[in-house]
Amino acid sequence: MHSASHRLNFDEHRTLFDPIANPKKGVTIAMGILVALSAWGALCYFLQWRYGLGASGLNQPVLWGFYITNFVFFIGISHAGTLISAILRMAQAEWRRPVTRMAEVITVAVLFIGAANILFDLGRPHKVYMPLFYGRYQSPLLWDAMSITSYLTASSVFLYIPLIPDIAILRDRFADRKWLHRFYQVLSFGWNGNPKQQKVLNVGIAIMSVVVIPIAVSVHTVISYIFSMTVQPMWHSTIFGPYFVCGAIFSGIAALIVMMVTLRRVYHLESYLKPIHFNYLGVLLLVMSLLWFYFTFSEYLTGFFGHEPSEMRVFWSKFTGPYAPFFWTMVFCNFVVPVIILSFKKLKTITGVLVASIAVLIGMWLERFTIIVPTLANPRLPYPSGIYFPSWVEWGIMLGSFSFFVFLYLLFSRFFPIISIWEVHEGKEVGVKEVEERVKSYLPESAANVST
Amino acid sequence: MALWGMVIDLDKCTACQACMVACKSENNVPFVGKGQAERGRVISWLDMVTETEEEYPEARTKFIPRPCMHCDKPPCVKVCPVYATYRNPEGIVAQIWDRCIGCRFCMAACPYNVKYFNWHQYRIPKTMERGLNPDVYVREWGVVEKCTFCSHRLLKARDRAAAERREMRADEYIPACVEACPSNAMYFGDLKDPESTVSALSRSPRAFHLLEDLGTEPKVTYLMEGERHALR
Repeated sequence: MHSASHRLNFDEHRTLFDPIANPKKGVTIAMGILVALSAWGALCYFLQWRYGLGASGLNQPVLWGFYITNFVFFIGISHAGTLISAILRMAQAEWRRPVTRMAEVITVAVLFIGAANILFDLGRPHKVYMPLFYGRYQSPLLWDAMSITSYLTASSVFLYIPLIPDIAILRDRFADRKWLHRFYQVLSFGWNGNPKQQKVLNVGIAIMSVVVIPIAVSVHTVISYIFSMTVQPMWHSTIFGPYFVCGAIFSGIAALIVMMVTLRRVYHLESYLKPIHFNYLGVLLLVMSLLWFYFTFSEYLTGFFGHEPSEMRVFWSKFTGPYAPFFWTMVFCNFVVPVIILSFKKLKTITGVLVASIAVLIGMWLERFTIIVPTLANPRLPYPSGIYFPSWVEWGIMLGSFSFFVFLYLLFSRFFPIISIWEVHEGKEVGVKEVEERVKSYLPESAANVST
Repeated sequence: MALWGMVIDLDKCTACQACMVACKSENNVPFVGKGQAERGRVISWLDMVTETEEEYPEARTKFIPRPCMHCDKPPCVKVCPVYATYRNPEGIVAQIWDRCIGCRFCMAACPYNVKYFNWHQYRIPKTMERGLNPDVYVREWGVVEKCTFCSHRLLKARDRAAAERREMRADEYIPACVEACPSNAMYFGDLKDPESTVSALSRSPRAFHLLEDLGTEPKVTYLMEGERHALR
């Protein structure tokens, strides 16, 4: 496996270099459109900055809306990457090789967007430095800031370390392009693939895989604490931590599948991302869907049996009240659709898995929304309960957020291979043999072996 | 050191809302205008909560004036990431306007919904500018504000006492709402002093607190309605 880049045949992996060597016109146009949409979002935010948060549809009881929903949703998506990739690496799942990079990029790109949504929600974003001077460490919001920054750091490192050999490959591949070569030369850190470097790299990846998992789990746990640390009805729940982590991984896998199907189509990666990859990810999605349902069921059943009046007001506003359409769409998208599609072999095609994943993304966004808004809209004291209609500014910022996320993703794929070249190569050279030996080591030793 | 508290006798309260008006003008609370009010953005540090009992023999609506409860265990204080809201040694839950970053976490955490947000930069009409209270800060857009028990009056009373070289008496400090109440339904004073009116009244069998079971330990005590019916 060492000096893999030297023995690598560039032509063999031409499809992986193509997005960088001969960028497609369609991708460039798509990126242009995404930039325009992001600019629209930026303009909306500028208006909000200029006229205050009143530009949103938020009001007295419903004081958190789209921004906080998006924040929780995006940070949830980020669990696609790092967590899935780290777990698959540690489990030595060989099929992970073309998947991990795609997952890790999602994490890093989406974390920026998620963190930005907190800024969008601030009444005075220019005072955002205040926690540095007057931070109150009792506030779950600060726990959030801490865990998200450490997550962002860790997952950037986790993306970068396995990227180094690939950057070196690119450096050699684009030796004739002055600026591109320079760019890769700096980033490749003098990688030449000697055994010592390879060893350090492997140790680095192994350490980061272990470090990143508890950080990732802590991130969404702490985000759930924003809600569950208050005494508000249907927020103050002990299972919110694991419930949010479960939902995060759930939506993360869905986002990963959508990205994989799209890029497979755009960059013709059919020979790398095979039906088996989607099959395996589909199984993971199914497991998470069932787990999500289990959590949701437990959460609402305990609430219902406790029958606390203020809890019940929120409960009924979700089940039959004004938030019922969102709630039941959520159940349909998060449970009914994925379970039906993913349980039957006939439906579990790539298209089927894609449909299930899109449903899950919609469902998980609605889940965040129906957790946040109905509780705020039904306060404990007998006020007229609130209504919330997001303003066009909020829609614009949401559109901008999504567009900018996809733009960042495409931008990455424009300069770096979206499938780890050296790892796929390693799988071919070393993985096959290693797996064979590993499987042999599981088996009972044959009589011939015992006798010797 | 004193522990300031309030008692509101619901039997004497006529729901005239003079306290609300007094509060608004005392604390430079902005008028948000009709459009904003329709969108649910009225700022009213002291609000009138109405509760209609539908199932009881006769349908009756209760009116409950609701200032900040100034909880001894305030849920809003714990969640503020910048110490912009805190409980001061005299039990007043105070707000540092200038430090607030506008995350509204305290509003989400307060079970009484006593906190209000400045969604826009609200302007006081020019003709009313002279009516502004010079003792109270005018808040910027993007900050959370709330009832302070008119703590500027406490500072003023204390300064006056200091200037006259004497101890401040508890009755020198009264919030605007209590002062304005025409039916004397509101009382204010030091809860630590067992002789004070508020202490005596808060020991009354009629005394109760809003959402008592949440363990927030409010320092605003209500006296239940219906005393006269009971005595008859």
